[in-house]
Amino acid sequence: MDAQMIRSLVAIFLAAILTENYVLNKFLGICPFLGVSKKLDTAFGMSCAVTVVMVIATAVTWPLYTYILVPQGLEYLQTLVFILVIAALVQLLETALHKYMPPLYNSLGIYLPLITTNCAVLGVTMLVLEKGAADPSFGFVQSLVNAFGSGVGFLVAMLLFAGVRERLEDCDIPETFRGLPITLVAASLVAVSFLGFNGVVDRLAG
Amino acid sequence: MEMLTPIMIVGIIGLLAGVILAVASVVMAVPKDERAEALEAILPGANCGACGYSGCPGYAAAMAKGEAVPGLCSPGGADVAKKCGEILGSGDVEMERKAAFVRCMGSSDNTTEKMEYDGLESCTAASLLNGGTSSCRFGCLGLGDCLKVCDYGAIKICNGVAVIDEEKCVACGKCEKACPKGLIKLAPVKKMAVVRCSSCDKGRDTMQSCKVGCIGCMKCQKTCEAGAVTVANGLAAVDPEKCTGCGKCAEACPRKIITMCGVQ
Repeated sequence: MDAQMIRSLVAIFLAAILTENYVLNKFLGICPFLGVSKKLDTAFGMSCAVTVVMVIATAVTWPLYTYILVPQGLEYLQTLVFILVIAALVQLLETALHKYMPPLYNSLGIYLPLITTNCAVLGVTMLVLEKGAADPSFGFVQSLVNAFGSGVGFLVAMLLFAGVRERLEDCDIPETFRGLPITLVAASLVAVSFLGFNGVVDRLAG
Repeated sequence: MEMLTPIMIVGIIGLLAGVILAVASVVMAVPKDERAEALEAILPGANCGACGYSGCPGYAAAMAKGEAVPGLCSPGGADVAKKCGEILGSGDVEMERKAAFVRCMGSSDNTTEKMEYDGLESCTAASLLNGGTSSCRFGCLGLGDCLKVCDYGAIKICNGVAVIDEEKCVACGKCEKACPKGLIKLAPVKKMAVVRCSSCDKGRDTMQSCKVGCIGCMKCQKTCEAGAVTVANGLAAVDPEKCTGCGKCAEACPRKIITMCGVQ
């Protein structure tokens, strides 16, 4: 692995976190973003579970797509097959964690089943294939790094937003805005602020 | 033939996933704590939360791990506590049966209405309006918030004041939380004196607002030989631990607000 490769991987990683953030830029996975971001610790647990599932799901779906679906000309089956695989994978992961890592299972346990059909996870596995189609050098390793970066990006978005929401709790909000409305306004502002990262990664990794 | 390949591929992937999951669930099965299951079967299953855990399964798991002691389940009572003790091998568990008591006798004969209330049929709502309709600001409003939360049909509203049937009460504590005036308290069911008033007003004010309210005259405190009755803030209180159930305070009370419980 030469310096060029490492550099491109870092660029992919940073891009996945900042400029292509799945929550704040692609607006996928909004459900957990709004639902589980009330407290910092639950937001952290959920994000860790999402990151793990994203990486493992990509590790399975990428070869499946490249070596089984593409040679048969069955690219159109990707959504169906990916959902099937991800659901089974999450279930398997949950069983394995329960057996071998009970403390981790107890902290992630509630969130794992929720991720089964999370659109951010499906989005990561599917959108990475588009990148691979556009750029032939975007292979398996790059996809994994992208998945990991997307998970970390999800974590960053969740933690930032959980912090914002914890501060919102103390504010005197007009009655009409209380609850979900102010949460959505806050979410849009956080998303707008993430637009500021556009172009940053291209410059850094040149 | 053309459509057979996709069907086969999806089918095979699905089958594979199914087989892997089935194998995994057998290979990586986590043995459930047998004692927790047995304990859960004994608990009443009301999931009332009186024990302080999330529900009966939570309490059973905590007991099996040794984090909780048997005997916290008040709906189950002594029977359940004893059975749980047998499973856990901790021997007999003494459990005092408790019940909820309404500390107010301000029925419509004894108090007056200070206003006409035509709002929601809820004590909580009424108490927000200048403390409710009763002439006593501490008294029972009789709109039945406690009655609505009781799962055991132990509460009745008699003549504008809540009355709890000690036999039916399982001491789950829901009514205690529901009463906006904080009139309901749990106490052991035994032969002892209970002060049926919660008024902290001065004697003169209580005299005006209620015919039977405690005026803090101290007669009960002076009569009690066991030192179980104390008067503070213009209100008598009985310590269930010390009370011998002699009944002298009840006789001495000029307002007849102290009643004897557990006397058949």
